[in-house]
Amino acid sequence: MWRDAILVAQKDLRVELRSRVATNQVVPFALVVLVLFAFALDPSTGLLRQAAPGLYWVAVCFAAVLATQRSFSLEPGGDALRCSGLDAAGVFLGKAIAVALQLALLQAVLTAGVVVLYGVSLRGGIILLGAGLATTVGLAASGVLYGLLTGGIQVRETLLPLLLLPVLAPVLLSATRVWSAALAGTPSFADPWLSLLAVFAAVYTAAGIVAFPALMEVS
Amino acid sequence: MMQHALNPSAEGTRLAPEERVPGARRTGAPGGDSGREGWLRRWWLPITGVTGVVGVGLTVWLGLWVTPPSAEMANLVRLLYVHPPVAWVCYLAFSVTTLASLAYLWPRTRAMGWDWLAGASAEVGVVFAGLTLASGSIWGKPTWGTWWVWDARLTTTAILAVLYVGYLALRRVPADPTVAAKRSAIAAIIAFADVPINYLSVYWWNTLHQTGTVLNPTQQIKVEGIMAWTLLLGFVAFTLVYVWMTGVRFRIAALDARLDSEGLEIALAERESEGVTQGADAESATRSLSGVGIGLAAPEGAHFVAAGGEQ
Repeated sequence: MWRDAILVAQKDLRVELRSRVATNQVVPFALVVLVLFAFALDPSTGLLRQAAPGLYWVAVCFAAVLATQRSFSLEPGGDALRCSGLDAAGVFLGKAIAVALQLALLQAVLTAGVVVLYGVSLRGGIILLGAGLATTVGLAASGVLYGLLTGGIQVRETLLPLLLLPVLAPVLLSATRVWSAALAGTPSFADPWLSLLAVFAAVYTAAGIVAFPALMEVS
Repeated sequence: MMQHALNPSAEGTRLAPEERVPGARRTGAPGGDSGREGWLRRWWLPITGVTGVVGVGLTVWLGLWVTPPSAEMANLVRLLYVHPPVAWVCYLAFSVTTLASLAYLWPRTRAMGWDWLAGASAEVGVVFAGLTLASGSIWGKPTWGTWWVWDARLTTTAILAVLYVGYLALRRVPADPTVAAKRSAIAAIIAFADVPINYLSVYWWNTLHQTGTVLNPTQQIKVEGIMAWTLLLGFVAFTLVYVWMTGVRFRIAALDARLDSEGLEIALAERESEGVTQGADAESATRSLSGVGIGLAAPEGAHFVAAGGEQ
């Protein structure tokens, strides 16, 4: 399973490295979203800095939808994956790992963007990193799961956000709370948010491993 | 003629081999092997519908005219007879969708009926989720002063509604019936996995940041006597309406599937019999009967089909 996962992840990352869609389109898109938020909320009132954690994670969620769509537009229909003879759970993990690494890169850029554009000073480094890690795994796992679910469908571009974004609501909420607490200087491992993020990541990783074999048959 | 159970050959064309699992008949699945719409055609469905609608009418009458206004809430209490029953039906409907999806995915109980039930129940559930949110807002405006508060229950219900709107959108994507059924069942279950996480997150969010602004008013009201009976009647009536609506929608899904699998054959058979009774010349009739492809390819056959279509 893990060998197949690494194969698939390598393949996806190599395609991304050569096509540069993630770096040339998805990351700039997320930055554009950050700039748009600044237009929508007047930066001079300090509102932007207050809302920064939420805006940051909204931008990440939008970019995650794009990255997921991109991950499955690489596959010419579900047939290629099915005929490859790779372990289904391995395919899921591989695609999730590739998406997760891209999201990690994206978050690094966006964090710098928030610091520079919104004037946020980062505090509570370990908690921020922990939240980032758990959220990235959760986003990648649920995204890849819904990506395959809407795999061979012609209306995927519109259907995927409709299905995925409501599911991400608890992730957005929890990650924003963790960031708010950390940036306000009161980070705490006692808050339930970090564990909720971890639970979400675990549930959707497990769901992906279980559901992928069946989904590969129908996509 | 619709009352007859489907004949065995039609079953064979409709169901993929994996659908014909031994034991599907014994499990009592709503879409078991034979007479899949038959049991819905029996007396109980219309009776449930009539009873439910009459019950809702009675609830309205008791709620608006017979029951007294409450001490704390005055006339607003009258929404109590509608809102909780409607919310209950919404949650019931989504639970049925989840259970039916599980039953479809479980190999021993796999039958298309579970898929139809899941879809029917989700459609009714989304309607009732909308009614829940609407009646809650109507209550909220005079009670809380705004149409909407970010209360844990409201937020969870709203997200639930959106989740199942997405599920219904996925169901509408055209695909092979067994593919669509499996995909929908998986989607229903992974969406449902989100519900408890969602509730927890919103609940903590709300209690951590909005302490005490909103309590559910139903818990503050003593419900006694005629009010309690009206509320109970509301629950029963709306549940019956749910069963009726889901039953009717299930039947439509079953008939739809039947139309898909048999419609072409029936249409062809009708065309052919029309042609013969009109005394069209024997040669083209034979040609048409021997295969659609030949009938359509030959100019005479095409003429024959068009002539039949004018009747």
